[in-house]
Amino acid sequence: MSVALSSTGRQGGSTKRLMRRRIASVVMVSLTCVAAAIAVVPLIAILGYLLRKGAASLSLSFFTHMPAPVGEPGGGMANAIIGTLVLIGIAATVGLPVGIGAGLYLAEQRGSRLANLVRYLADVLNGLPSIVMGIFAWEFLVRPFGHFSALAGGAAIGAMMIPLVTRTTEEMVCTVPQSLREAALALGYPRWRTSLQIVLRTALGGIVTGVLVAVARVAGETAPLLFTAFGNQFWSLKLTQPIAALPLQIYVYANSAYDDWHAQAWAGATVLIGLVLVISVIARLVTRARFGGGHD
Amino acid sequence: MTPLPVPTTGPSQEPRSFRHPGPPTGSADASSGTVRRAPVIQGTVIADRVYRLTLVFFALCIPALLLLIFVVVGSAGWPALHHFGFSFLTSSAWDPVNGLFGAAPAIVGTVLTSVIALVVATPLALGGAIFLSEFSPSWLRQPLSFLVDLLAAVPSVVYGVWGMFFFLPLLRTSVMPFLRDTLHLGATPFFSGPIYGPSVLAAGLILAIMVLPYIAAVSREVLVAVPRSQREAALALGATRWETIAGAVIPYARTGIIGGVILGLGRALGETMAVTMLIGNRHELSASLLAPGYTMASLIANEFTEATTDLHKATLMAVGFVLFVMTLVVNAIARLLVRRVSEVRV
Amino acid sequence: MTDLAELRNEARPPTAVSSSGPVMAVQTMGLNAYFGDTHAVRDVTLDIPPNEVTAIIGPSGCGKSTLLRCLNRMHETVPRARVEGSVLLHEQDIYADDVDPITLRRHVGMVFQRPTPFPTMSIRDNVAAGLCVQPERALSRRQVDEVVERALCEAALWDEVKDRLRTSATGISGGQQQRLCIARALATSPHVLLLDEPTASLDPMSTQKIEELVYELRRTMTVVIVTHNMQQAARVSDRTVFMLSGEMVEAAPTRDMFTTPGDPRTEAYITGRFG
Repeated sequence: MSVALSSTGRQGGSTKRLMRRRIASVVMVSLTCVAAAIAVVPLIAILGYLLRKGAASLSLSFFTHMPAPVGEPGGGMANAIIGTLVLIGIAATVGLPVGIGAGLYLAEQRGSRLANLVRYLADVLNGLPSIVMGIFAWEFLVRPFGHFSALAGGAAIGAMMIPLVTRTTEEMVCTVPQSLREAALALGYPRWRTSLQIVLRTALGGIVTGVLVAVARVAGETAPLLFTAFGNQFWSLKLTQPIAALPLQIYVYANSAYDDWHAQAWAGATVLIGLVLVISVIARLVTRARFGGGHD
Repeated sequence: MTPLPVPTTGPSQEPRSFRHPGPPTGSADASSGTVRRAPVIQGTVIADRVYRLTLVFFALCIPALLLLIFVVVGSAGWPALHHFGFSFLTSSAWDPVNGLFGAAPAIVGTVLTSVIALVVATPLALGGAIFLSEFSPSWLRQPLSFLVDLLAAVPSVVYGVWGMFFFLPLLRTSVMPFLRDTLHLGATPFFSGPIYGPSVLAAGLILAIMVLPYIAAVSREVLVAVPRSQREAALALGATRWETIAGAVIPYARTGIIGGVILGLGRALGETMAVTMLIGNRHELSASLLAPGYTMASLIANEFTEATTDLHKATLMAVGFVLFVMTLVVNAIARLLVRRVSEVRV
Repeated sequence: MTDLAELRNEARPPTAVSSSGPVMAVQTMGLNAYFGDTHAVRDVTLDIPPNEVTAIIGPSGCGKSTLLRCLNRMHETVPRARVEGSVLLHEQDIYADDVDPITLRRHVGMVFQRPTPFPTMSIRDNVAAGLCVQPERALSRRQVDEVVERALCEAALWDEVKDRLRTSATGISGGQQQRLCIARALATSPHVLLLDEPTASLDPMSTQKIEELVYELRRTMTVVIVTHNMQQAARVSDRTVFMLSGEMVEAAPTRDMFTTPGDPRTEAYITGRFG
């Protein structure tokens, strides 16, 4: 690769040893390049395959129709899409206040012992297997009530949002210069107004982006919903009843033996990844606008 | 004249007073303006205190949640752990009808798939991270790291669907026969036996794809954090570009990279959906990677709703508890390593 | 248009004389300030008379900013910071237990070294920001607009921004931003205005404007300005305080300080022999 060749050592000495070292260097550098290329291959394969398979199965009726019985072509996942939106709504109600509150705490108490501990545990919680969250929510929110419910599912993925939202909020609040905080305090702002009206508002763009990314992440979560929201073949918006969800439906359909359902699973996967893609691009643009130009 | 926000001046000696509408405090100089005891002032102090306490409350939710999960899942799994004792971890029995359960195949499967994932993903991720931080032309850096981030954001179930319909057929028809027959690895116990498709190997490989972006992202971060002086010192000694990386940069970033790999291990251990869809779900201890198996996560995902007896449910809870503790330890170690590196940077 | 400044002067009775002499706007007594183990301000006792501009000069790191930040209790917002001794504002101890620092800061305005407009607010809202947090003053929109206009006029910024009051405060130049911050501090009509090297990051033209402004402000309030620029202190202040390594070396009328300094260290500093 030309990049690699251009600046390998320029110290004179034309001994064979130097030559060997140079060749070794070029080989290794090329290998890292190959590794990078291989790392990207699966993504391209997934996107390409989804586009080919998914786009073929995707139609307007996928968004507007209920699932069709086995053997009947067509149908859609309208109930699952709405169900996922409902679940995200519950998750945000659970996860956002805690996540943003904890993030603000971490940013404002930087360096305190409790803050360090909470930050560490938030990172650990972030690595919690989603299936563990699923059985926890079942034991805690399903078993005592005797039935699966949208609330339990939403709470489970809401809990998974908390560490994500906490860390982004902290990160974004820390980019707000200390001088701004001092200016507000010197003007007679109480701390809580300084924190909410000046600091949080200034960091809001970044936090919204972080929240979107967290939403995209949990929107695709399946494992925590298996034994909580459970899924539902019918139209249901009752929060205390089982509710359909896009990732659950994809899982069930993909595992089925019918080609029609496989096609539906593809379509659902395409919608999910489309959501992730759009949010990631938005997040990228917002972060770039934030850190690229403007005032420091 | 319009009202102005100028405080009214009382009969005090002071040009402008702090007086608030509240009653005087009763002290000797109560007639002069004071800053004292205005109800409004007190309110503000309370609001700040309430705000602070609210934030502390939210912050404490995180440790509380972890503790709650530990207690709830642990106590739900306790009957099984108590019933089977240590043999729960070593037995490979799985007989729901007679109430005999052992988690050994699932534990072995979990470890095996994770090891395959790390063995495959680490060199690729590290190579990619080195390329991104050291050699990549700047125009390629942004889009490439964006793609890697995107790879981390793809939902597990989508990997599963892709794995079932694209990756598995590919493995079954070309990769597995190639490994077993062309390379004659079938002679070893690890690649012997019939080719089903769904297998420990397939699950391990899909996990490799899934944890790769995590390892790459952390490695890149710690590589970028290596001070320029380290590189320049090595280059100034006459090292080639690769010798600089291998001799100066990687040793400096080693702790963080190991942390990143362990973080990937944490992900691999707990990954559920894609693995469930690709591992074949069979309760057997087999040396062959081509044979179907189970991981702890996929075992729970697959059997939890079908578990009818209390002991069966408790067993799955116990499996979840073991998984929880494993990932907790792994993540705790990984975060310590990664944190130490980023602290050095700050 | 009514001149806010004049109005304030009318509203103010002539400075009364109490039994212990003229009432000082600010007095510090045995003031010590610390950052953790660092002793930043050492035993400073200082009188700041009302309606004058007092300049605090000294080499960087001498504690002059810290001293200033003790006067509106901003020092204590820094982690591990501590204050001992007392500060009287019109004879009331601002470090007394029952004083709320937030209310105090509404009466002691402050402007920092670098302009700090609130980026999410318009120019108008920036100026009005301090008004909005004063619970005892519920002002109508129109009243707020009037205060904003007067404050901007006082800060000599009105003509430059009157057509863009609704636009973002980050869109104006650094000098304008700093005057905006002064306007923001003036809008709440503080008793005392603290300026912490307000021109350190500005160009000469903007600096001149702000110096003229400071000179005018003493008609209506007490001004304390920290500066590392001796010429600036000489131009704008009535009294000058010289600090060195956290200690107050000398406080005197500016003219005396620069012509006949009382302490050899002061003389050394203002003649440029060290620092």
